Amino acid sequence: MSAVDPTFDLDGQPVPLQPGDTILSAAARAGLDIPHLCWSDEVSGSASCRLCTVLADGRPVAACVTPAVAGQKVECRTASLATQRLRLLQMLFVEGNHFCPGCEKSGNCVLQVQAERAGMTALHFEALNPERPVDASHPDVLFEPNRCILCQLCVRASDEIDGKRVFAIGGHGIATRLLIDSPSGRLGDSALSVHDRAAHICPVGALLPKRVGFAVPIGRRRFDNEDTRG
Amino acid sequence: MNAPVASTPPRKLRVATVSLAGCFGCHMSLLDIDERLFDLVERVEFDRSPLTDIKTVGEHDRCDIGLVEGGLCNAENVEVLRAFRDRCTVLVAVGACAITGGLPALRNHLDVGTVLQSVYGRVPDDPELPLPLNRVLPIHEVVHIDHALPGCPPPADAFWQLLQDLMAGRAPASAPGLIRYD
Ligand code: SF4
Ligand code: SF4
Ligand code: FES
Repeated sequence: MSAVDPTFDLDGQPVPLQPGDTILSAAARAGLDIPHLCWSDEVSGSASCRLCTVLADGRPVAACVTPAVAGQKVECRTASLATQRLRLLQMLFVEGNHFCPGCEKSGNCVLQVQAERAGMTALHFEALNPERPVDASHPDVLFEPNRCILCQLCVRASDEIDGKRVFAIGGHGIATRLLIDSPSGRLGDSALSVHDRAAHICPVGALLPKRVGFAVPIGRRRFDNEDTRG
Repeated sequence: MNAPVASTPPRKLRVATVSLAGCFGCHMSLLDIDERLFDLVERVEFDRSPLTDIKTVGEHDRCDIGLVEGGLCNAENVEVLRAFRDRCTVLVAVGACAITGGLPALRNHLDVGTVLQSVYGRVPDDPELPLPLNRVLPIHEVVHIDHALPGCPPPADAFWQLLQDLMAGRAPASAPGLIRYD
């Protein structure tokens, strides 16, 4: 008798799982895409964005932190989850100030490509246009909080990879924001170095290494060759 | 008795277009459909638009389609947008500025008086000038929008896809690759 690999079912496809897998990590290894923003295989899960919400045996869970269970039926590509993902992305857009036409992350931005894939054509909600001053105090890294989606990837990278804990999340509700550990609260007075992983892990244009913004021209960027860019 | 049956060509769709707080870039992208413009003029006639000299939208006939470029930065923009909503059966928000406010909305966290003062050295008060709004608004915050065509500008192919869908009486579907935000 040969042992059969345990699997779970994702939208009709069998997904092999290994000990310690979450639904998202197992699906990613199998080459199946569950839309996500705040997950990376480099750091622990934080379940901040909820874009990866799937139905596991009918219950909504965050795929990036929910252990995969053999035999489970997981649904991702349903019409109602697609609408939920679209609304969530629209809320992220109106909560910040996202001027893609003038953003140097455009074409490399995970929020943008997820919105394109979700078919977002309009904001649906009222634009909140929050006031969030830019922090350009660091010689090598720009912090543009207008584009921060509070995904905590920089928080976790600084803590778990760089061993520095430069970032944290503070405040509540709509006032939640990224905090910087320095006497002035500004990036220039923090221990962040441009060589830190935290300086490069931001999925959007909120933490940007300086002076390389247009080194790769628009049209030749990470997502420019995919089906999402006309 | 044997007179040939006169075939009436299908009625041309009436299309109105306008640039509110926009840069006319979306209109330029519409013109980028190039030789397909010849097909288009067989099927549509233009009402108020920078392409015609008509001043009022749908004055005599209602329009089938209204394409609105640009967000709302002043009271005149709001008045024109409301007239478009009133006189167009299908209203489409075209481009980043109509959909999000766009780059003009960068002024939204600044005081409009201070902005005017620093640009003109005084607050212009000519009665001919429409009053600026405190915030530059995306158009869906003021009227109902039926469809949106994102992009800065939307690609010419996206315009063509939208117009073909509407001319065929289909709900416009954004093909992958035609949704973009820059
Ligand atoms: S961070 Fe992404 S979504 Fe936001 S403005 Fe930049 S490219 Fe657009
Ligand atoms: S700065 Fe970037 S990585 Fe950090 S929380 Fe904001 S969006 Fe996430
Ligand atoms: S990727 Fe799972 S909550 Fe963000």
